Amino acid sequence: MSWTTLAHAFPILLAQAQIFAAPSGAEYMRILPELVLSVFGMIIMVVDPLLDEKRSHKSLGAIGIIGALAALASTYWMAQNPGSAFWNMVRVDGFSIFFHVLVIAIAVVAILSSYEYMAVQRIRAGEYYGLILFGTVGMCLMSSAVELVLIFIALEISSISTYILAGFRRREASSSESSLKYFLLGSFATAFFLYGVAMMFGATGSTNIDAISNALRSGGTPALAYVAMALMFIGLGFKVASAPFHIWTPDVYEGAPAPIVGLMSTGPKAAAFAVLLRVMFEINAPGRFWVIWVSAALSMTLGNVGALVQDNIKRLLAYSSIAHAGYVLVAFAAQPELGTSAVMFYTAAYAAMNVGAFAVVSHFANAGEKYLTLEDYAGLGRRSPMLAATLTFFLMSLIGIPITGGFFGKFYIFSAALKSNLIGLTVIGLVNSAVGAYYYLRVIVSMYMSEPRREVPVMPTPPAMGFAIGLCALATLYLGVLPGRVLDYATQSASQLLHGITVSGSLINYSNNPER
Amino acid sequence: MPEVCCIKLFALAISLLAFVASLHLPVHLHRSAAGFQFEINKQWITTPNIHYHMGIDGISVWLVVLTTFLTPLCVLISWTSIHERVKEFFILLLLLETALIGVFTSLDLFLFYFFWEATLIPMALLIGMYGHGRRVYAAVKYFLFTMIASVFMLAAIIWLYSKTGSFDFVDIQNAIRGGHVENFAAAAQWLFLGFFVAFAVKVPLFPLHTWLPDAHVEAPTAGSVLLAGVLLKMGTYGLLRFNLGLFPEQSHQNAWWIVMLALIGIIYGALVSLVQPNMKKLIAYSSVSHLGFVVLGTFSFTQAGLDGAVFVMLAHGIATGGLFMLAGILYERRHTYEISDFGGLATPMPKYAAYFLFVVLASVGLPLLNGFIGEFLVLSGAFQAKPIYGILGATGIIWSAGYLLWMYQRVFFGVVKHDVNKVLPDLNLREKAALLPAAAMALLMGVAPILWLSSIDPSVQTALAPFAQMAAKVVGQ
Repeated sequence: MSWTTLAHAFPILLAQAQIFAAPSGAEYMRILPELVLSVFGMIIMVVDPLLDEKRSHKSLGAIGIIGALAALASTYWMAQNPGSAFWNMVRVDGFSIFFHVLVIAIAVVAILSSYEYMAVQRIRAGEYYGLILFGTVGMCLMSSAVELVLIFIALEISSISTYILAGFRRREASSSESSLKYFLLGSFATAFFLYGVAMMFGATGSTNIDAISNALRSGGTPALAYVAMALMFIGLGFKVASAPFHIWTPDVYEGAPAPIVGLMSTGPKAAAFAVLLRVMFEINAPGRFWVIWVSAALSMTLGNVGALVQDNIKRLLAYSSIAHAGYVLVAFAAQPELGTSAVMFYTAAYAAMNVGAFAVVSHFANAGEKYLTLEDYAGLGRRSPMLAATLTFFLMSLIGIPITGGFFGKFYIFSAALKSNLIGLTVIGLVNSAVGAYYYLRVIVSMYMSEPRREVPVMPTPPAMGFAIGLCALATLYLGVLPGRVLDYATQSASQLLHGITVSGSLINYSNNPER
Repeated sequence: MPEVCCIKLFALAISLLAFVASLHLPVHLHRSAAGFQFEINKQWITTPNIHYHMGIDGISVWLVVLTTFLTPLCVLISWTSIHERVKEFFILLLLLETALIGVFTSLDLFLFYFFWEATLIPMALLIGMYGHGRRVYAAVKYFLFTMIASVFMLAAIIWLYSKTGSFDFVDIQNAIRGGHVENFAAAAQWLFLGFFVAFAVKVPLFPLHTWLPDAHVEAPTAGSVLLAGVLLKMGTYGLLRFNLGLFPEQSHQNAWWIVMLALIGIIYGALVSLVQPNMKKLIAYSSVSHLGFVVLGTFSFTQAGLDGAVFVMLAHGIATGGLFMLAGILYERRHTYEISDFGGLATPMPKYAAYFLFVVLASVGLPLLNGFIGEFLVLSGAFQAKPIYGILGATGIIWSAGYLLWMYQRVFFGVVKHDVNKVLPDLNLREKAALLPAAAMALLMGVAPILWLSSIDPSVQTALAPFAQMAAKVVGQ
């Protein structure tokens, strides 16, 4: 790094030093959900050794749910105090509130669907629930952080929790493989992200999103900024499982516990998309168009084609999640003001349907996750009509059939793309979603139209699991029938996000008024 | 099982109630008025601007009534043929009816697409869960054909929305006619094709018809009746409403090859029917042929042609629906559709034979029955457009007399070849209750077509208005 850049950065560092006063109460309110989650996570860690294994399943799960619900409630107070906090590292705006609610809701459902699962799989609950809560802290922070270094730390918090969670079926070799693979490749990818951050600092003299955005807008675009952008995209592309950084997905999803797959295919993804929105749109990232275009087209195509030949439902849904990351990336190629709200809506819709689908899968999988192939699903329509119908509904949503959230999600994405004249990408996307219909349909066909070849036991649905699945189904239906409110909210907060670029002048302006 | 009986009775009562309620529409319709009636227009979603906009005109009113008319008959005909998952069967049947009515009444393109896709799932499940041997293959093929084709329609709809800011059919129509749509000239052909592919698969137009025989052969009787009777009409209705309504110029330019495909469909469908050994497959291919008439009439752009096209839609719904019910009744007794397994059935089942003959004659187009009126109008319209169209189309009628009457002869006349057939029971009361309304309707439509045409005619005139202007322009030059 040259001395001039350092010198350039110096006044900013100085400015931060000047306001190194204790943060006000309002600032703590702005990270209230994170605080609540951390406290409950720690309570679980403390209580865990005091309980014997049998009792710990239910009681730790209950603490986890209470913690997540309390965090969800605390977003209300967070929303009452919009503005930035902690020396302008965190910003509470409509955008971050949206993702906080989404991510915490995902955690609630994931804990609910693990509640009986853990006992069935005979996994000691222990730190499991704690890690879910800590991971959620990371994801929440990712959506409200406006400082690249904090984003990196948040990314690590959420990643490390999910690395461990992926390996929780510790009697299974596939689960350890999943965890190790995810950990090695994941750390590799985060290193790329960190390099990107460093180079961005080199190019613009700051790691603050507003400052970077201003520097890039006023002072031209140094070549280093392009490199930085590309490296950051690699890191985040890995997290959202977009091609060509998707190779890990099927193996990791196959080995990890099913409720955790539901969580990690939606929560960290939503958070990474939130970061990507800030990095791509708020910074107005240079040279992003073709990178995203190619990655979107590749993800959709490779994901869907890969899913066509899968017989294991977790692998099938893994490839499907690659394809869905591709659909979301389509919106990133569109104009920011159209794309942002489409991304937000889609991540919400995808979360509802995918967590729901994995909840059903984790119930059907039974002890040791033995029953996961399409053959095992044969005849489920007869043996477990309600669950089969719900899974069908989630799959319909993943296909993108009307009255489901997935339909409107796709609809908003492709209409944003068409309005931005991305005709080629739209056609690729629409053809892909038609191809995608086939493999989801195979699951439905298997459930309703095939005769079972071996006896697959189906247990009655336990209450927490049933409640989790019901919640997801309701959310999917709500987004499919009355998408207006969520979309309006997304549109509003998107305009705040993009408007913020021009309004929130320099860094110092902001930090002088932390209450604002 | 009393519980199962309750389910059936409930389904019957609800579908009858829907039929009675739907009669309100033709009774109170202002027959001579142009435009849409019985409109409801409520905001559903603000961004994007989607309305729950429903309304009917003189054409769609009859398709709604056709749907509600056939559904109770479907319930009756499935009374004993569905043994397991009875509740799910009737749920799907009623859901299908809901979606079908939605398709014919929505005036918001988004809502239309919504219902269009919504018909897909119950139908695919009906075929896949309650069908015969290769039902899974047939259901998946049906689903994928329709799904992939309708994606193109969705793309066209989104494009129109992105340029006009509205999904409303009437608004978009006005915007296009007023020339307020940016880039329309460049995109119009692609938009036309986007809608066309979705509808052509549904009709089905040659060469996109290959899903139909599979779907029909494997579907349960009620599924076949609704598939042939109503679902295929979604395609022809769409062509008439959206392709002609939104893109008159492109319709005119593309008419030549569409008419060719229709003519090929008429003749090809008839020839293939002729050699089918399977009764249900024969009826399925005859649908390809009959629906060819509808497309021929639609793209002749003449008053008679369009009147005829709409009339054939209704007549085919009744007659082919009837034929599938009759085939299903036979299947329930013998579990086969092979024509060669029968022969001489008129002796053990005289009433059945009589009903069958009546419906066959209606389908063939005997004067005084409903098939005749529609096909006659279509052919006279086609003659006006180009005599060769009429001549080629007319051969279709001859073929249809050939394959249907030949089939009838092989199944019913002569001596009883197989001993099992000697003791087949004749129609029971429930089956008669299902067949009689269809037969009576075929007769009524043949004797008093004016009841239908008096409302179809003004709506067709409205639909043809832009074509008259175009013709005048050509003459003026």
